[in-house]
Amino acid sequence: MEPAISVEHLQVIRGGRTVVADVSFTVPSGTLVGLLGPSGCGKTTLMRSLVGTQVVAGGLVELFGQPAGSPNLRSQVGYVTQAPSVYSDLTVSENLRYFATVLGVQRSAVDRVIDEVGLGEHTDTVVGRLSGGEQARVSLATALLGSPRLLVLDEPTVGLDPLLRRDLWALFAGLAGTGTTLMVSSHVMDEAERCQRLLLMRDGRILADDSPESLLARTGSTDFDTAFISLVADPST
Amino acid sequence: MTLRRTGATTRRVLRQLGHDPRTVALLLAVPAVLMGLLAWILRSRDADFSRFGPPLLGIFPLIVMFLVTSVATLRERTNGTLERLLTMPLTKAEFVMGYALAFGFTAVVQAIVVSGLSFGLYGLHVSGSAWLVVVVAVVDALLGTALGLSLSALASTEFQAVQFMPAFILPQLLLCGIIVPRSELPTALHWLSDILPMSYAVGATQQLSTSVAVTSEFLVDIGVVGMFAAAALLLGAATLRRRTR
Repeated sequence: MEPAISVEHLQVIRGGRTVVADVSFTVPSGTLVGLLGPSGCGKTTLMRSLVGTQVVAGGLVELFGQPAGSPNLRSQVGYVTQAPSVYSDLTVSENLRYFATVLGVQRSAVDRVIDEVGLGEHTDTVVGRLSGGEQARVSLATALLGSPRLLVLDEPTVGLDPLLRRDLWALFAGLAGTGTTLMVSSHVMDEAERCQRLLLMRDGRILADDSPESLLARTGSTDFDTAFISLVADPST
Repeated sequence: MTLRRTGATTRRVLRQLGHDPRTVALLLAVPAVLMGLLAWILRSRDADFSRFGPPLLGIFPLIVMFLVTSVATLRERTNGTLERLLTMPLTKAEFVMGYALAFGFTAVVQAIVVSGLSFGLYGLHVSGSAWLVVVVAVVDALLGTALGLSLSALASTEFQAVQFMPAFILPQLLLCGIIVPRSELPTALHWLSDILPMSYAVGATQQLSTSVAVTSEFLVDIGVVGMFAAAALLLGAATLRRRTR
């Protein structure tokens, strides 16, 4: 089976600065991948390249065997940006009903995703009146509407309380279990243990591409912050 | 282009307006109050009211719709919803038409309110059909919407977008023939006014103020305004980028 994500020698230059430098990796279908690295290391740009909204300077990005940004992929890929990209002057259900029509999915999908992100009490609340974390979940719910084969989520758990974070990671794991591929970025290294596979990024390069267990073992660390530091100090580890 | 996605976009934009009743009130009241003010100022100068009234009946909605549309589209570009929509199966034409229909509908309501008050209460008279004045007002408002959609691509902040009103609309107001007939403008300015849409918008209403029958000049003028609106919508669609740097 072809990989969900296949990136070869990707290079992105923004404003004269190389933001992503010669990045290559592949992700098999149904994997929950964590993209971890400090703020500004190129995570968002890499994700934008995957969903096809970023002009790239070189390299190849394919999703399910098709070039990123192909019209065919538009109903198969869900993308959630860091800032909630939903209409703050509409209610939760008005937002989701609109995006459901654009995606051409059944109205029943709206109730399903509201339930998945736990916003049942707020369906008729105007999004602008919700808290930051709730707004982020409306944005996430929008991406879940079309039951996409690949979900690209940019820092979906920032600012959420630990209980909610646990629930969302459980949702992500559940989706991966049913064959959905997820790429979830975070700058919080502790979230690494929730993933099946890790891409550690720094200064536009992939520092490590490994499973969480193997990464800790080969760096001789007990936590991911320490593992990251030892990788920066000695990339050959 | 599908009707379903265009229609959904139109309903969504109207629903956003619905959540903002103060904006709806302003959209309907501002042109109406301005025309009332004009009628009051010119209460003992019937000839002047007949001269300035009909063109301004089209220009006020044009300006209002220009501002509202440029801010709405800019918001859509800056809050990430446009980028999200363009990663979905929504075409650029569906997006632009969705907006044009929503604000076009708003423009029809606005034009009917302001024209109804002008002809019914403020005592405005034209030689031609008052309904055609309403038609011109709607086409003008659509032109404002179309210009707002395309020019908002040039703005990266709300501060810039709001300044496009004095930058792109006020020069047209000076050159469109209300202050000085276009034929009396210096040659270079006359040429310039020839390529500005508002000249034709005002030309159309001037035809209606003076001629009882529908003149061919009127049809040409309104056709040109419509073409400017269509061209601006196409340009608006062309400025939407799925991929950005």
